[in-house]
Amino acid sequence: MPEPLLVVEELTKRFGGLTAVAGVSLAASMGEIHAVIGPNGAGKTTLVNLLSGDLAPSAGRINLGGADIAGLAADRVARLGVGRSYQKTNIFRGFTAFENCRLAAQARLPSSMRFLRPASARADLDAAARAALAAAALDHRAGVVAAALSHGEQRQLEIAMTLATRPRLLLLDEPLAGMGAEESARMVGLLARLREAHAILLVEHDMDAVFSLADRLTVMVNGRVLESGTPERIRASAAVQEAYLGAEETALA
Amino acid sequence: MPSSTAARAGLLLCLAALLLFPLVGERFYVQLLTKIMIFGIFAASLDLLVGFTGLVSLGHAAFFGIGAYTLVMMSPRYEAVSLWTSLPAALLLAAAAALVIGALALRTSGVYFIMATLAFAQMIYSLAADSDLLGGSDGVYIYAKPDAAILGWRPFDLEKPLQLYYAVLGGLILTLGFLAIVLRSLFGRVVVGVRENEHRMRALGFPVFRYKLASFVVAGALAALAGYLRAAQVGAANPEVLGWHNSGDVLIMAILGGMGTLVGPVLGAFALVVLQELFAGWTKHWLLLQGGFIILAVLLFPEGLVGALARLRRRPAAAERAARA
Repeated sequence: MPEPLLVVEELTKRFGGLTAVAGVSLAASMGEIHAVIGPNGAGKTTLVNLLSGDLAPSAGRINLGGADIAGLAADRVARLGVGRSYQKTNIFRGFTAFENCRLAAQARLPSSMRFLRPASARADLDAAARAALAAAALDHRAGVVAAALSHGEQRQLEIAMTLATRPRLLLLDEPLAGMGAEESARMVGLLARLREAHAILLVEHDMDAVFSLADRLTVMVNGRVLESGTPERIRASAAVQEAYLGAEETALA
Repeated sequence: MPSSTAARAGLLLCLAALLLFPLVGERFYVQLLTKIMIFGIFAASLDLLVGFTGLVSLGHAAFFGIGAYTLVMMSPRYEAVSLWTSLPAALLLAAAAALVIGALALRTSGVYFIMATLAFAQMIYSLAADSDLLGGSDGVYIYAKPDAAILGWRPFDLEKPLQLYYAVLGGLILTLGFLAIVLRSLFGRVVVGVRENEHRMRALGFPVFRYKLASFVVAGALAALAGYLRAAQVGAANPEVLGWHNSGDVLIMAILGGMGTLVGPVLGAFALVVLQELFAGWTKHWLLLQGGFIILAVLLFPEGLVGALARLRRRPAAAERAARA
């Protein structure tokens, strides 16, 4: 097994009296999709926010490729090679799909404190944006204003922007949320392709997608890791059956 | 930036009118237009913050005032100060002040940022109003306008209203040209991204604070250019130029003319100053009329005068483009 790119140890986040994430440990390696599942309120999105630097952990370590990134600001974390997508689509709605990705590619530059030279002279950014759109199978919609894209396409754009920053680790928070069957299938195909060159941490509710994609699974309940292992092991786990599926039924009821 | 041919033609027409006006216009109107162009520079500088970076400041007069006070304080009592030392000094001083104020105020956002900028500007206002060195509430008068001589050669003489007019026009063109270049640069793309979705910019890896601060500093320096020119025109600086009325007026100019466009704020400055002159000539309750007009204009032209002009040509796409450029 390759050396994991991301190693999380005993990660904890407390909001006042509430412990949203309690001593979570997990790892993600290049070429691997590590899915995090669990009922609503299990702390999955908080976990992603801790890993991306949007929130500072109360305790614990986050190691990325040998460097401790716990508590670093979101932009620092992103520049170290962590790209994230959001549960709720978070794009530049007034820009075209191409402009969204071009700006994302620009984030990769050491500095944008360049005031005089026209940005249009940077053909490398245009090329990176086109490549990211192509990778997310959105190149035919490059010139469309993001707000005018369909929901599924906006989700794809979200991924394309993340790719344009050339991350090593992808944090994907429910990329399939609100998608129809056809769009879902397309996104699953995209995620499977992305596995090759990335380590992926995938938070997702769609169990069919999770079990078809994940190399490893972590099940969270009430901020804690209930079970972690291969899909077969998770499927067979009595504890998961009881706690997770039971809780899900209550939530649905 | 105006993208359509019609917009470009309109801009050239305005420029030609400004170039030719002093040949036919009375002296009073030449001086009024000088004032308008100075406030055009001021409003354009604020629009870099409000319209392009998405930072609403209610303390922009601080930097305008620093520009004005730098000129009057550097001028010897009965002599002229060199333009080429006092103007760079004014810009640098304002930039330095913007760096400090911005570094603190930009730790807040939204309404709190508005309050923080207002508070800092009021602090500088009180400093000027209470300081004997800075002339207290009367301010400081100068008896000679800045001297443009370089090694004995004087390319223009600011004592002559006509030449001051053209110098200010030159300043306006340079300011707008500079902003157009900056907005097309990598930096320009970043600040517009911050305006559109600051959170996403951070998640992509942009250290957003740094870019907002840079924008604040550039806007502050350009505001100082306007303040310097205004002090040169009227031959004085007093605490009023630092006050929140001035900050409010320039904000109204930018909003009225069209935020997120280059020429909008200049149009806004033109409209507001002309209205002030007009209404003040009619009645001493002119502020009431002005307020009514602004409310009406904001209701009728939510995208500002520039947006209204664009709609007039039935080319809404062009306005959209202009806002994005």
